[in-house]
Amino acid sequence: MNKQLAWGIGLAALVALPFVYRDPYHLHILVLILIWSFAYTSWSMMGRFGLVSLGHGGFMGVGAYVTALLWNHLGISPWIGIPAAMLCAGALALVVAYPCFRFRITGHYFALVTLALSGIVLQIIIATRDYTGGSLGYTPERTKGSHLLALQFDDKVVWYLIALGVWAGGLAVWYWIDRSMSRYAMEAISEDEDAAAAAGVNVTAEKLRITVISAVMTAMAGALYGQYQMFISPDTVSGIAVSLQMVFAAVVGGIYVALGPTVGAIITILLAEVLRIGFGTKAVGWDNLVYGVLLVLFIIFLPKGILGSLLARLKSSGKPQP
Amino acid sequence: MMEIFDIYLLEALVNGILLGGVLALLALGLNLIFGVIDVTWICYAELVMIGMYGMYYLFSVYGLPYWVAAPICILLVAALGAALHFLVISPLLGAPPINQLLATGGVLFVLQSFATVAFGIDFRNLGIRLPVLALGEMHFSYARLLAFIAALIGMVAVYLFMTRTYTGTAIRAIAQDRQIMALMGVDTKKIYLVTSALGGGLAGLAACLLVLQYDVHPFVGLSFGPITFLICVLGGLGNFVGGFVAAFLFAEIISLGGLFSDLEWGYVLAFAFFIVMMFIRPAGLLAKRS
Repeated sequence: MNKQLAWGIGLAALVALPFVYRDPYHLHILVLILIWSFAYTSWSMMGRFGLVSLGHGGFMGVGAYVTALLWNHLGISPWIGIPAAMLCAGALALVVAYPCFRFRITGHYFALVTLALSGIVLQIIIATRDYTGGSLGYTPERTKGSHLLALQFDDKVVWYLIALGVWAGGLAVWYWIDRSMSRYAMEAISEDEDAAAAAGVNVTAEKLRITVISAVMTAMAGALYGQYQMFISPDTVSGIAVSLQMVFAAVVGGIYVALGPTVGAIITILLAEVLRIGFGTKAVGWDNLVYGVLLVLFIIFLPKGILGSLLARLKSSGKPQP
Repeated sequence: MMEIFDIYLLEALVNGILLGGVLALLALGLNLIFGVIDVTWICYAELVMIGMYGMYYLFSVYGLPYWVAAPICILLVAALGAALHFLVISPLLGAPPINQLLATGGVLFVLQSFATVAFGIDFRNLGIRLPVLALGEMHFSYARLLAFIAALIGMVAVYLFMTRTYTGTAIRAIAQDRQIMALMGVDTKKIYLVTSALGGGLAGLAACLLVLQYDVHPFVGLSFGPITFLICVLGGLGNFVGGFVAAFLFAEIISLGGLFSDLEWGYVLAFAFFIVMMFIRPAGLLAKRS
């Protein structure tokens, strides 16, 4: 009961925030944190069950580019474009993941196959440069009519509320999975696939379901990011670097707890901003250098992530010593 | 019209074989490390990138002749490989495999951004323009031919090392059974370190060869890293012969795909081929059917 109350108060405070405090720069950072948190949470839904995908950069790219391309070339509103993009990402996830799961491609193999996927999506975006602008990036056209229909808003407060809603929705999906039978099935699968199959778990179907949910949500994050920033480039929404960035943030925050990826997003985005402001334009590369070193250190010394380790410590100190 | 087309086709076929040599070399290094240590170095292509920068600095900045710079570069990357194992992999040997994979992903970030910070994002090359070999109406670059031959020599050298020396035999034995070999009095730690250095050395050799054909920049690893992983998975991770065959298959697809359209589409085609092959031979090209 107490927990629910805390959640309610926290959420209400977050909703109320922009009406009290509306510094555009800080709101911008908050919107970015919320959108990326949503993406990282989507990744963790697979990651927590040992399905390490390095292909989420690809799904994000599909989400961002399909939405923008539909709007620019066919004039289809993002309200239809985003679901279409999510459908595309889901289909892509099915095509790639089905053979992987059907033929028991797990662990290293799965990570490498999905890694290649994100590389290939990047190559396709660059190869179709006549439509996507290639490496130079792509800008969704400014609206000619209704802002609402085009999902383009100048007011950061509106974006903050949209991102907050989507982020909360992501957490709701996390809890929904956490409480479902799927969670137990997936945990069994990540421990021992054969034993899980023998116990009557449909291994392929369970894994596919979680993968498609995760991919579809990631595509939505990509589409929202594109709509908010009004500029996408292959390097910022697709490719291996983005995939690794997701993994990194999720691992730093902790992939086994609901708010872990959010904590990861807060830490990484604030770190990047501080480094960017601290080093100025000389900082090209420095933020990633610090990222990389931290990632390695975290995996060696703190594999549960910051929030995960904190919660584990709180739990163990709460118990009486044997 | 038809005849010209055939010559281009033949040229693309031969160029595919030449490209396959270097890809096979890269796949061999990755397979070696996976087969023995059971770890995938996601940052393998970035080691090659560092090697290419090493060649650039040794050759263009310090003015060493190519034949002197190449061995130094190979040793340098070999040392980097050993350091990678010692600093990152060995503390994680007992951890879940996924953590090892992610840690090398972190190293990828580190190496890329290190190169960005230290060398800048400009494209650099050695400024060597090797002549083009004209055979009838077909044209092949000496750089590719040289790369192909050197890659083959490198692979034969590794084969001889693995079959003719005590260390090589121990490496193969560990690849077969990790636990038993420690009981047989083989120092696994040392073998792992040697294997990592060997894998690094192969990346260094590939760097010396690739720098003749391509400009080096901090993100050059991304252009052939994914394809190397695909090759290794297609051939069966840890399967040396499978990786070799898969490298040539992929090189042909990329080369022929590039003939009909852009090079990027060659990559896309290769990936489509890969997905199809996963349905047909999921455990690798040469895997025995269970």
